[in-house]
Amino acid sequence: MADQTNHGAEATQKSDAAYWSANVRIIIISLIIWALVSFGFGILLRPLLSGIAVGGTDLGFWFAQQGSIIVFLALIFFYAWRMNKLDREFGVEEE
Amino acid sequence: MDQFTINLLFVGASFALYIGIAIWARAGSTSEFYAAGRGVHPVTNGMATAADWMSAASFIGMAGLIAFTGYDNSTFLMGWTGGYVLLALLLAPYLRKFGKFTVSEFIGDRFYSPTARVVAVIALLVASLTYVIGQMTGVGVAFGRFLEVSNTTGLLIGACVVFAYAVFGGMKGVTYTQVAQYVVLIMAYTIPAVFISLQLTGNPVPALGLFGEHAASGEPLLAKLDAIVAELGFNEYTAHHGDTFNMVLFTLSLMIGTAGLPHVIMRFFTVPRVADARWSAGWALVFIALLYLTAPAVGAMARLNITDMMWPNGASGDPVSVEMIEGDERYNWMATWQKTGLLGWEDKNGDGRIAYFNDGDADTVAKMQAAGWGDANELTNFNRDILVLANPEIANLPSWVIGLVAAGGLAAALSTAAGLLLAISSAVSHDLIKGSINPSISEKGELLSARVAMAVAIAVATYLGLNPPGFAAQTVALAFGLAAASIFPALMMGIFTKVNNKGAVAGMVSGLLVTLIYIFLHKGWFFIPDTNSFTDANPLLGTIKSTSFGAVGALINFCVAFTVSKMTQPIPQEIEELVESVRVPRGAGVAVDGH
Repeated sequence: MADQTNHGAEATQKSDAAYWSANVRIIIISLIIWALVSFGFGILLRPLLSGIAVGGTDLGFWFAQQGSIIVFLALIFFYAWRMNKLDREFGVEEE
Repeated sequence: MDQFTINLLFVGASFALYIGIAIWARAGSTSEFYAAGRGVHPVTNGMATAADWMSAASFIGMAGLIAFTGYDNSTFLMGWTGGYVLLALLLAPYLRKFGKFTVSEFIGDRFYSPTARVVAVIALLVASLTYVIGQMTGVGVAFGRFLEVSNTTGLLIGACVVFAYAVFGGMKGVTYTQVAQYVVLIMAYTIPAVFISLQLTGNPVPALGLFGEHAASGEPLLAKLDAIVAELGFNEYTAHHGDTFNMVLFTLSLMIGTAGLPHVIMRFFTVPRVADARWSAGWALVFIALLYLTAPAVGAMARLNITDMMWPNGASGDPVSVEMIEGDERYNWMATWQKTGLLGWEDKNGDGRIAYFNDGDADTVAKMQAAGWGDANELTNFNRDILVLANPEIANLPSWVIGLVAAGGLAAALSTAAGLLLAISSAVSHDLIKGSINPSISEKGELLSARVAMAVAIAVATYLGLNPPGFAAQTVALAFGLAAASIFPALMMGIFTKVNNKGAVAGMVSGLLVTLIYIFLHKGWFFIPDTNSFTDANPLLGTIKSTSFGAVGALINFCVAFTVSKMTQPIPQEIEELVESVRVPRGAGVAVDGH
């Protein structure tokens, strides 16, 4: 009996660790996109994108003033949806 | 009805609404006072967070800064929204799972150290108080202009209103009041923008109008704006002029600061479940984005309108005449704002015309002299902070729109001030008094001390708002820098790493101190004028301005914390378990009082 409980606890610990590393992976991917659209397209890579015209200016300007905000929104909602799904996959959601 | 009566009507009606809601939703218990009994829906919470977050700086200040600088000030747009990604991914769900009331409670428990808790309280008190001083300054200016009273009287009236609903309402009152404030401020911001976008581009959505065509000339709006400001010797609106490294650092500081400000983080303690904390950050950004996607359009369109008014026949025609400014009713706004001292013009060469151009640019000066307009810019003063408030008048919109903007500007400043006061009062009563000085204090005593702390904080903020230590923007920058350098790294390391108590304390103290010293070196010690050794035009370290230093402070915090933690004892077993439990949503109950 005691052995079984031990097994159960160990399994939970293992699945918690897998859950956490899956979460960290999603966070890292999201933050790469976060940095790419703001610091990347909006500032540092703007000269490279200057050939792409958007309404009287270039794509970098659009990302700096609008595009990055729209991507931020999409990222947060994607993360919430993906994590709530991950919670259920690992059975760690709240009752 | 004259404009003054209309302003009074709009401002009065909106205040009656806020105070009514605050009284209706009065807090009874400590839990309700701090966290609204956790009964707040994510959408409602998102709206309240948006009102809480968008202060006088976002509403009154930001579009003006973008209008006169253009692309380089996109930093504010990216910085003040990008921080929500950090909040949603790195902090909000875990802090909700932890299930306590305040930020410093988490830091104190996670780093099993009363010292860490006290350091966190000090950091957030300094950050919140400096931020609230900036808000009170904004309240004074807005009240003074719209109620046509002096700055001092305006500030005192504002202080009484903030005091009334923050002290008697608590978080529950503030949450619902802030929902009402959000509705008022977003209408006040977008309605004039829609009118102006229709006038200039024919597109009712300002964010689309910005990238659309200028109806009068058929050219793209931004190309038209670039051309006319360049003709007057100013930097092209869409071009990049400033230092790229500082621009990146400043954006990063604003982002980290956003995710480290206690009054914003506190919001995520008030949702029922961990899953809701994730959605809440998204909803908050939806409501914030409505303003932030409109702001660049407001800035660009106002700049075009102002330039067109100063050069009614185009930049190669005649500049506007003094006679026209004084006689034509489309120019009435100039006389109104001149009275505040925030707008000024002077016919320096006595030709009866006001020539607006960049007199720092030699080619333009030569061109203007050849045309006979003199060698000096005659629009001598245009304070950036008046742009949004004056915008409906500049575009000649109906007077009810002007009244609405008055109410919106005040809603933005007051809602943030109230949220910050709540963060300050909970830091003092819950973290300092109950957490350290007198743990056996009764619930009633705790509520009372929270209210006394609020009253003291607002008195201090009002006093400093009357005699501000610097411009509002400097004060706000200090608040962001401090939050970025102290609170955010500690919270993130508490969740994602196994950094120990000594590491966290050393990290917070060094991040906070280095940032504070760097700011004082550039802005004057304790903001006393002329005690600074450097200026932001010529900063101590390369191109890093004091406003951008928060990101460096955060890096120092992380490095010191990891180094000290490596050299000292690892965290005990029960803290290891706490970290593991915070990472998983399962079993998040209602929050408990930790004492």
